[in-house]
Amino acid sequence: MSILTTCHLSIGYSKKRKTDVIQSELNLQLRAGELVCLIGPNGSGKSTLLRTLTGLQKPLSGKTSIDGKEISKLKQLEKALLIALVLTERVDIENATVYNLVSLGRHPHSNWWGNITEKEDLIIREAIEMVHLEHKIHQNINELSDGERQRAMIAKALAQNTPIIMLDEPTAHLDLPNRVEIMLLLHKLAHKTDKAILLSTHELDIALQAADRIWLISSEKGVECGVPEDLVFNGNFNRAFESKSYVFNAANGNFSMNYPMSRDVWVTGDKTRMYWTLRALARAGYKVVEDAQFRILVTENGWILNEKNISTVEQLLVELSHQYVESGNYEL
Amino acid sequence: MKNRNLILFLTLSLLMLGLFLADLAWGSIPISLREIVSVFFGKGTEGINSEILLNFRLPKAITAILAGASLSVAGLMMQTLFRNSLADPYILGVSSGASLGVALVMMAASVLPVAFVSSGWALIVAAIIGASVVLVLVVGVSFKVHNAVSLLIVGLMFGTIAGSLVSVLQNFSNPDAIKLFVMWTFGSLSAVTWNYMQVLLPVVLIGIGIAFFLQKRLDGLLLGENYARGLGISIQQTRFLIVIATGLLAGGITAFTGPIAFVGVAVPHIARGLFRTSSHKILMPATILCGASLILVCDIISQIPTYTLPINTISALFGAPIIIWIILKKR
Repeated sequence: MSILTTCHLSIGYSKKRKTDVIQSELNLQLRAGELVCLIGPNGSGKSTLLRTLTGLQKPLSGKTSIDGKEISKLKQLEKALLIALVLTERVDIENATVYNLVSLGRHPHSNWWGNITEKEDLIIREAIEMVHLEHKIHQNINELSDGERQRAMIAKALAQNTPIIMLDEPTAHLDLPNRVEIMLLLHKLAHKTDKAILLSTHELDIALQAADRIWLISSEKGVECGVPEDLVFNGNFNRAFESKSYVFNAANGNFSMNYPMSRDVWVTGDKTRMYWTLRALARAGYKVVEDAQFRILVTENGWILNEKNISTVEQLLVELSHQYVESGNYEL
Repeated sequence: MKNRNLILFLTLSLLMLGLFLADLAWGSIPISLREIVSVFFGKGTEGINSEILLNFRLPKAITAILAGASLSVAGLMMQTLFRNSLADPYILGVSSGASLGVALVMMAASVLPVAFVSSGWALIVAAIIGASVVLVLVVGVSFKVHNAVSLLIVGLMFGTIAGSLVSVLQNFSNPDAIKLFVMWTFGSLSAVTWNYMQVLLPVVLIGIGIAFFLQKRLDGLLLGENYARGLGISIQQTRFLIVIATGLLAGGITAFTGPIAFVGVAVPHIARGLFRTSSHKILMPATILCGASLILVCDIISQIPTYTLPINTISALFGAPIIIWIILKKR
């Protein structure tokens, strides 16, 4: 079921006389119970789209509606009951514990005095349990690690009890284990709580694995939506991130750099070691060509280069360039 | 935790009451506690001591409480709004506006009617007008600018402009007028008589009322303006109300007592340190009690030497070490 829809939405910035349209004619749908990752190159409008959808910024034209209610017509408080935010700004509050921070998420629900009733207390504790921070509940937020801090901010968004959560680059500044953990957590939360979770990220490989749906944004083709694998199959990924210096490798979902490759070499042999061998050769500027003059056989524990046994990649590269120079056909 | 807060509040309240009585008793002519009680309960309302107590020391002590409470609450709001622990109530330039008003009256006195200048109200009206002009400008700007830091810079600039104008005036004034102005900048609690109190008290109460009304929103603002918007807080309206409340509190106090330095910066930190919380519904009354007590202490100290010291110097002597301590602790 689609909970948020945009209709002919056009986003960008308008200053007095100049209007800078970043994306236009966006017709998007966000469904409950799904984790959606918004990805795209820098400057394609990720943050602008997110800011517009959350109502922090006005659209140039078109509209966004949640549950049939148009977002630009809602009051700040009504928006706060529909969308919870996790932003990139660092939150530093003197003397605030994890519990205090998460309880701020109850803000739109509580009365003027802001008392925490028994029911509120239960919701706050539940939110903290969902992000696995029970053991740090009374710890000062300034003493948390970056990963824990991000989880606390997610708990605050959960405590806000909205059907939609939007996160702006929640995995930035985190190390790999924490990035994976946050993404898995969000994936689980979307499915368990039936919330729609939309996040922007630069982590393509993690997004491809964790997202139920991808919004691929690029300056040329606007926003393309779909299940991650479909976008890979129909080549949209490659187009969005097209560049002279790297290619999107559809075989493993990674980016490979485009090295200038001027020398030919022919490689055969062991499959598992082949991948890494090819990487090293590409970096050194060798292109794999069938029946080239130089032949490398990849064995289980080494390489054979023109009948010479070699045991490390470093040696292989040295020997290869040596032979190239000796052959005299190529300049170094 | 709740019990700890309750004990702290009780202790601070008793401390403030004690200091209030001490402030009444202390001075060039000591007045015993028994005498104070008898004057208050209507016995022995004659004599010079009762005159000193009722018409001099009582309004002065009440002014001390109002000044401490106002400046501290205003400082707390500014520190939360700008998310900067060194923000103070004067940061929006309100007191600079007030001093410009006062400087204009004192140094341009020859142009104004004598009856106006010689009445005590002249300075106060001038200070209120000066503070209000700056306040209106800052409020106007607060609707235009997108973030709080711009507002901070604009406030500082207004303050600088007012300060420069004061310097220009000083340049052209006679030494007597300059001395008079410098004396005003030292601050004085004893200038507030019962007449003035009728204006000061409502101004302060309105300001503190707005501050309490905003306590929940101030908690949200701790997260930063964008997060606060996400929690459903109307930033423009909240910023407007904070500026108005701060203007009333800081401007009002400055108009009647002259600037009192450092209390506004230091007291919110003392309150946070004591109560170990970030919640404004606790910090607000805590800063009121701490601020009032601090100014009462300053006033008592200023009475110790035979010649009364200006309150502004005493408060700075207390405040500056606290700010140094904050900076060292933050590293």
